Amino acid sequence: MTTPRKHRVTEALWGYAFIAPTALGLGLFYLWPVLQTAYFSFTEWGAFGGHTFSGLDNYERLVHDPEMGRALVNTFAYTLLGLLSIPLAIVFAALLNRKMRGVSVYRTFFFLPVVTMPVAVAMVWRWLYNGDYGLINYGLSLVGVDGPNWVADPDTALYALVVIGVWSSVGYNLIIFLAGMQAIPADYYEAAALDGAGAFRQFFRITLPLLSPTAFFVSVVSVIGSLQLFDLVYVISGSGAAARANPAFPRLQTVVQLFYDRAFVTNDRGYGAAIVMALLLIIVVLTAIQFRLQKRWVHYA
Amino acid sequence: MPDKGRRIGLHAVLIVASVLMVTPFVWQIVTSLKTLSSATSVPPTLLPEGHWANYGRVFDLLPFGTQFLNTLITALARTVGQVFLCSMAAYAFARLRFPGRNFLFGLFLSVLMVPPQLFIIPQYEIMSDLGWLNSLPALIVPGLFSAFGVFLLRQFFLGLPVELEEAARIDGANPWRIYWSIVLPLARPGMVALAVLVLLWSWNDLFWPLVVNTDPDKMTLAAGLASLQGQYQTDYPVLMAGSLLASVPVIAVFVFLQRQFIQGIAQTGIKG
Repeated sequence: MTTPRKHRVTEALWGYAFIAPTALGLGLFYLWPVLQTAYFSFTEWGAFGGHTFSGLDNYERLVHDPEMGRALVNTFAYTLLGLLSIPLAIVFAALLNRKMRGVSVYRTFFFLPVVTMPVAVAMVWRWLYNGDYGLINYGLSLVGVDGPNWVADPDTALYALVVIGVWSSVGYNLIIFLAGMQAIPADYYEAAALDGAGAFRQFFRITLPLLSPTAFFVSVVSVIGSLQLFDLVYVISGSGAAARANPAFPRLQTVVQLFYDRAFVTNDRGYGAAIVMALLLIIVVLTAIQFRLQKRWVHYA
Repeated sequence: MPDKGRRIGLHAVLIVASVLMVTPFVWQIVTSLKTLSSATSVPPTLLPEGHWANYGRVFDLLPFGTQFLNTLITALARTVGQVFLCSMAAYAFARLRFPGRNFLFGLFLSVLMVPPQLFIIPQYEIMSDLGWLNSLPALIVPGLFSAFGVFLLRQFFLGLPVELEEAARIDGANPWRIYWSIVLPLARPGMVALAVLVLLWSWNDLFWPLVVNTDPDKMTLAAGLASLQGQYQTDYPVLMAGSLLASVPVIAVFVFLQRQFIQGIAQTGIKG
């Protein structure tokens, strides 16, 4: 017989053994790097490796960098407009939340873009948006509209990007809203129907309020995701020489794209680190604001 | 019959939306089967032409076969490794008692709160110090560890009944045996849900592969494909063929494992 004390020690040793690989991996590749990035943001990197402490220089540059300013404006605009995906997803989730033939087929169609490689998605849309031979401008020409060169036109590029973002995220949000709707007890709807409430009234009086915690969650996750936009815009705007040739590039470049460029193209890693520290700060602040505002519109049952 | 009219209206709305969702894919396929000159004719021809040579051209422009293998090996290694390592840690956090458990779990969770861009410069420096740049280990190793996976599986383990484990423990089985032969078989659905998500993220990921592997023979498909635009940005039929070949494997997995995909996302709501 083992004593309880000895037993406790054995169990603890097993526990540490079980978590050891992941703890070491997370420590080395994730936790320690966060601290290092924070430190790097106060350093300047030489052309041949090695870095020296440079105090707040990077942050001072960051505040006065017009390119960072534009990247922030683009990223915020993309994030805000991208929230359109939420009402769309709610409406389609409500339409699909019933026993009906074809529901799973429709759901699959909505979900296809979610599982498709963003690089591939961006390439296909670039082709659809092509000013001369794109399908979209062909469609517009049929109704007599001469469409712009969407992703190369500074006036339309960001909106064109938002459309792709909404198209590829609506299916993902829809799945979460469907799960949320299925958690609403059916008796609520039965009681409302007995009181004579129609489908629209039920949607606005029951579904929407009870779905608001889900909507809050989706909006927090979407904002965090949009602020980190990279893959789509990297292909849409072009990179390197192609990007410089695109007149809409200043209206497209996002914060993470600027980070990529500074940290890994011009190898200005200290400045790159400062950019992502700023991104972290922005994410924390915007998430905190959303948590603050939720009291005004989120109903917890 | 107003009910029938309503149902037709509902289907009409859903069909229009479905067409909007699917048209880009259809146009991708149609274009991939055209010659460049017919793809750029005005007005466009709407039907495919059976010009399969574009698919062969993809293999001329890129070491596509090699990149496909790189992507597959990376995705499989990350998926198997991550599900295995995360399930071990998750089991310990869900069932075993040890000093510092809550603190360590909180520390793991804190990784989830940080945008992944903050890891990348130091991770790159580690890969560079190890001499791993332009190699498969660079693509695989950091992706073996995941706070998200630990969190997801811990939630799943907490929902499993403890009776079987108790019985095994009284019979003298050690935690490894209990984990391996009792908990893991019960946890299959949770592990499959995690596996499909990891597979999807790993296959589609761009930023990290783009940064660590710049040699075309060591790239993944996402990075390889992205490198084509710029050089070949006007040869759309070939780009469409390449992007289709690169994205179809994951789409196929999704169609087969649709339920698990959707469950994983509905349960966690976290995007890669």
